[in-house]
Amino acid sequence: MTAYARRVGIVLWKDLLVERRSKESLNALFFFGLLLLFLFQFSLGPDRARLESALPGMLWLGFVLAGLLGLGRSFLAERENDCWEGLVLTAGDKSAIYLGKLAANVCVMGAVELVILVLFGLFFDVDLGRAAAGLAVILPLGTLGLAAVGTLFAAVTAQVRARELLFPVLLLPVQVPVLLATVSATQVALAGQPLGDAGPWLRLLAGADLVYLIIGLLTFEFVLEG
Amino acid sequence: MISAAGLRKAFGPMVVLDGVSLDVPAGQCLALLGPNGAGKTTLLRVLATVTRPTAGRLRIDGVDALRDADAARLRIGMVAHGSYVYEDLTAVENLRFWGAMAGLDTSPERLRERLQAVELDVVADERARTFSSGMKRRLALARVTLGRPRVLLLDEPFTGLDRRGQKWLDEFLLAFKAGGGAVVLATHGFTSALAVADRAIILSGGRLVLDRPAAGLGRDELHRLYDDLIEAPPVGRP
Repeated sequence: MTAYARRVGIVLWKDLLVERRSKESLNALFFFGLLLLFLFQFSLGPDRARLESALPGMLWLGFVLAGLLGLGRSFLAERENDCWEGLVLTAGDKSAIYLGKLAANVCVMGAVELVILVLFGLFFDVDLGRAAAGLAVILPLGTLGLAAVGTLFAAVTAQVRARELLFPVLLLPVQVPVLLATVSATQVALAGQPLGDAGPWLRLLAGADLVYLIIGLLTFEFVLEG
Repeated sequence: MISAAGLRKAFGPMVVLDGVSLDVPAGQCLALLGPNGAGKTTLLRVLATVTRPTAGRLRIDGVDALRDADAARLRIGMVAHGSYVYEDLTAVENLRFWGAMAGLDTSPERLRERLQAVELDVVADERARTFSSGMKRRLALARVTLGRPRVLLLDEPFTGLDRRGQKWLDEFLLAFKAGGGAVVLATHGFTSALAVADRAIILSGGRLVLDRPAAGLGRDELHRLYDDLIEAPPVGRP
């Protein structure tokens, strides 16, 4: 294993272990997702046609709001005991830290999204089986897009006093291409149409992911070193 | 080993370091003394390449640390105020993490051996959250000794250590110096500083106001010099 891959792996291992032990993000995100589903259920009522047109947007609204909570806490552990400074002092390419953090965020967000998705299917009586193949492509791509910028901006705002306010203000406008693409592609998938019908949206999503990932890899070192 | 010339650091209009120059050759320990707000921690952070100076030159073990910080960092071991301890990891997991980040040997035997050296082997599998500040300090020292640093930068390393811990640290620093390493030790503890230091410098208002060999410099004389030399911090400054 190369030194770079080892460092990515150890950051991923550390973040998932800290999350498993503290369960701070997972517990909060799970209950937050549940709360959102209740709210959506009450606000939309039983009108099936209205429900179907709003479902993809609601689903991703749930993912984004839960993601905002989780991503914003990405560097919480680093703020204790000067661990941030310790990361600055590690020699070598700092983008390995970014990749490790990103992978951990994708894992945590993915777990929460799966739970929300299953509950979403039960709450709104959605046949997830016929959309499963499409969602298996859209969800990882959308999550990667959210987490790629989210991880970077969480680092940018980690040392700022008003980070809870600044983080969503920075993140949401940048996420517009990802949100447009994921909601549109999810609409196609939930309608049971072939995924090829969402081809342009998926290409936009993949392109946005790639751009965000490259920006994160190239700029993380400057963000970390302040 | 450490060669700094004209180090200056300003945060906006506030000058925290003002033309600090120092040399710490291999095998020497420099005690960095001074009142709160004198710039000791900033100087350590600049020497560690965590903070970039506004002006000046810095060489660590022959490497231009301002131009090639990564190469300098491979030679530096830093124990800062916060100890770089993840609260939700155990002692051994903390060592494994920092060791892997530095590309060091993180075999279980090596990690246990390092924890044994700082007498933390009995709590190796307990989370750092349950540790006292002295135990976290020992864990930080275990982290530093996991690698083979040529330069040690220590910010109040004796804080929170019991007598045995202090004795262990004294012996460790003397052995480190004997092995050709250089140490910069920022502290308020004159006695502990004089026990291991070869030179004592006093920083006041961001400037070096005293640089003396520690040999022959008694605690009382150092106290007297300290009281004579330090100036009261300007109004509004901590």
